[in-house]
Amino acid sequence: MTTSTPELPRRRRMHLRLNRQQINGLIWQIVVVAIAVAIFGWLWSNALHNLSVRRISTGFAFLGREAGMPIADSWLAYSPRDPYARAFIVGIVNTLRVAVIGIVLATVLGTLIGIARLSSNWLLSRLAAVYVEVLRDVPLLLQLLFWYVLMQGLPAARAAWKPIEGVFLSNRGLVLPLIPIEEANLWVIAAAAAGLGALYLLRQQLVARQMADGKARPLWPYALALLVGLPALASFGLGASWTITLPELRGFNFVGGLTLAPEYFALLIALVTYTSAFIAEIVRSGIQAVPRGQWDAANALGLRRSFVLQRIVLPQALRVIIPPMTSQYLNLTKNSSLAVAVGYQDVVSIANTTLNQTGQAIEAIALIMAVFLTISLGISLFMNWYNARIALVER
Amino acid sequence: MTSITDAPQSPLPFDARPRRTPAGRAIRWLRTNLFASVTSSIISVVLIALLAKAFVSLVQWGYWNAIWIVSGNQTGPCRSIRGLGACWAVIPEKYRFILFGTYPFNEQWRPALVCLIFITLFWVSSRRNWWRKELVLVWAAALILIGVLMWGGVFGLSYVSQDRWGGLPVTLILATFGLAFGFPLGIVVALGRRSKLPAIRSLCVLYVELIRGVPLISLLFMASVMFPLFLPDGVNIDKLLRAQIAFILYAGAYLAEVIRGGLQAIPRGQHDAADALGLTYWKKNGLIILPQAIRHVIPPLVNTFIAFFKDTSLVLIIGIFDLLTTAKTSIIDPAWQQFSVEVYVFVGVIYFVFCFAMSRYSRQLEAQSRPG
Repeated sequence: MTTSTPELPRRRRMHLRLNRQQINGLIWQIVVVAIAVAIFGWLWSNALHNLSVRRISTGFAFLGREAGMPIADSWLAYSPRDPYARAFIVGIVNTLRVAVIGIVLATVLGTLIGIARLSSNWLLSRLAAVYVEVLRDVPLLLQLLFWYVLMQGLPAARAAWKPIEGVFLSNRGLVLPLIPIEEANLWVIAAAAAGLGALYLLRQQLVARQMADGKARPLWPYALALLVGLPALASFGLGASWTITLPELRGFNFVGGLTLAPEYFALLIALVTYTSAFIAEIVRSGIQAVPRGQWDAANALGLRRSFVLQRIVLPQALRVIIPPMTSQYLNLTKNSSLAVAVGYQDVVSIANTTLNQTGQAIEAIALIMAVFLTISLGISLFMNWYNARIALVER
Repeated sequence: MTSITDAPQSPLPFDARPRRTPAGRAIRWLRTNLFASVTSSIISVVLIALLAKAFVSLVQWGYWNAIWIVSGNQTGPCRSIRGLGACWAVIPEKYRFILFGTYPFNEQWRPALVCLIFITLFWVSSRRNWWRKELVLVWAAALILIGVLMWGGVFGLSYVSQDRWGGLPVTLILATFGLAFGFPLGIVVALGRRSKLPAIRSLCVLYVELIRGVPLISLLFMASVMFPLFLPDGVNIDKLLRAQIAFILYAGAYLAEVIRGGLQAIPRGQHDAADALGLTYWKKNGLIILPQAIRHVIPPLVNTFIAFFKDTSLVLIIGIFDLLTTAKTSIIDPAWQQFSVEVYVFVGVIYFVFCFAMSRYSRQLEAQSRPG
C-alpha cells in the first residue's frame, strides 16, 4: 500500500511536508469531525424546534424562580417557597452527606472484611467470602429496596427498638443522641484540630532528629498534651457544655437528638454494604500482592502479626489498593443517585422533579452532569494526591 | 546395643497420634483451622454462637413457620404470621407475572423459550473451543429467532407489541443487546482513544469521560425525557428502544476502557512487525493486535458484563418492566402488599444465579490463563 509513488513529483512532497499516511489521517479526522458536527447540529436544531413548539423556555433563568417542591430531609434551612437554586444546593448537600459518610463507612467495613477473608480462622474467612459473594452478585437497587422494605417493617415510634439508652430504631428511622454544638464547643473542636496539626509537625521534627542520631523519642506525652490537654483547657476556659441531649418520644414522634430518616438510613446501609464487598476484594488482593518474603522477614525479626500487618504489609499493599479504591469511591458517589428509588431527595431526584415541573430537561441534566463531574474530579484529585504521597520513593 | 536394634521397632512419638482415623483428622483440622490460638478460638466460638442463632431464626422464618400455599387471595393466615414466618405462597401466585410481566398469558411459552435460548447462547459462547468466527453467525441467528418469538406476527404467531413485554426476557434483552452492540462500539472507541489523530482521540476521550462521569440514572432520564426532544417531528422511538440505546452507549464507554487496558498490554514489537509486513491499519488491528488484546482482558470483561447485567435493573426508575420492576409491581395487589421481602428474595436469587455463574466462569478463565 505504501509502495513508492514515482508519479508524484518530488518537489510537491517537499512543499507540503506531508506523507501519504498523514494525508490519510487528515482526511479521516475531517470526515469524522464533520459527521459528529452534522449529527450534533441536526439533533440541536431538532431540539430548538421542539422546544419552541412546546413553548419550553431555555436557559438557566428558572433557577431564580420559586421551586414549590417540598424537601423532607434537609440539613439546610429550606422551604418550598425558596428558589430552584436553593433546592439544588440542598440536593447537592444531601448527595454529599450520603456519599462522604458512605465512603468512610464502606472503607472501614470493607477493609475489615478484606482482612477477615485472609484470616487463618477458617470460619471467619469463609463467612467473609460468603458476604462478598452474595452482596456483589445481587443488584444494588434490589438491595436498596430490600433494606427500605425492612425499614418500613420496623415497629412504629411508640414501640421503637431501644438497643442502648438514647438510641431508637423504628419506622421513623434511626434516632441518636446528639451534643448540641454552640460557639464554645466549636472553639474546643478548633483547639483539638490545632493540636492535631501541631502534633503532625512535631512528629516530623522527632522523626528527623531520630534519623540524625538514631535515638527514638517518645511521642505520646506530646500527643496527650496537645490532643487531650489543650481541648480540655479550652473547654474549661470557655465553659463549654457537653451535655448530651437524649431523644425522647413525645406523642407520635421523637423530640431532640439526631434523626436519620428511613430513606437516608436505607440508602446508607445499601451503599455501604454493597461497596464494602468490592473494597474487601480490593484490600484482599492488595495484601496478597505483597510478596510472601515480606511476611517471612518480619516474622524472622520476631514482630507481632498485627504489627507486621500495620507497619509492613499494609503500607506496601496501599500502593496496589489506591487506584481501584478510587474508582469504587466514584462508583459509590454515582450509585447514591439510586436515592430516587426510595424517595431520598439527592441532587438527581431534585433535578428530576425540576425537569417534570419546568420541562427544561436539557438544563436539569446539564446540572446533574456538572455536579457529578465536579465531585468525580474532586475525588480523583484527592486520591491522586494521596497516591503520589504514598508512592514508593526509590533511593 | 540393644537400644539400637530396638530403635526401628519402637514407635516414633508422632505415630502415636491417631492421625489416620477420620476422627483424628477432624480434630487436627479443627485445631489448625478454628482453634489455632486463643484469639482464633474466641472468634470461632463467638461466630459459631451467632451463626447458630441466625440459622435457627432463618429456618424458623423461612421454613418452619412459613406458609407455602394459600387458595386464591386468602392471605389471612400469611398476615397473621407476619414477622414470624415467610409467606412463600406469594411466589406460586405471582411467578408468571414476575418472570414474564404482562405478556399474554397463553403465549408465555414464547418468552420462556427466549430465556432458554439466551441461556444456551451464553453457555455456547463461554466454551473456549467454540470461540471461532461461526459463533457470530450463531449469535445473529439466535437474536433474530428471539425477535421473531417475542414480537411474533409471522409463522402463525400472534403479534405482541413491545409495551407488553416484561420480566426476565426484558432484563436479558437489555443486557445482551447492550453488550452485543456495545462491544464493537467499545472496540472502535478504544482504538480511537489510542489513535495518533488528535481530533479522533479527543472525541473518544470526551465520549468515554462524559458517560463514565455521570450516574447511569441520569443517562436513563436523558433517554426517557430528553431523547424525544432531539428527534424531528413525527418520529417517535419506543421507550424500551430508547433505554436500549442508552445502555449501548453506556456499555460502549465502559467496555472501551477495559479494551484499552488490553491494547496497552500489547508490546510495541507487535505493531512494528505488522507495519513491516505492510498491513493496513484495520488489518493490523483486526488480525494481530485486537485478538491478543481482548484475550488479555477476558476476566475484567466478564466482570464488566456482571456489573452491566446488574445495572439493567435501573430501568425500574424510568418505568420499564424488567425483572425487578415486575417484582415490585407484583406486590401492589392489596392482598399481597406486605410480602415484598419474599418476592425480593426470589428475584435476588435469580440475579444471583446469573451473576454467580459469570463470576465463577471469570475466575476459572483467570486460573487457566495464569502462566505455569
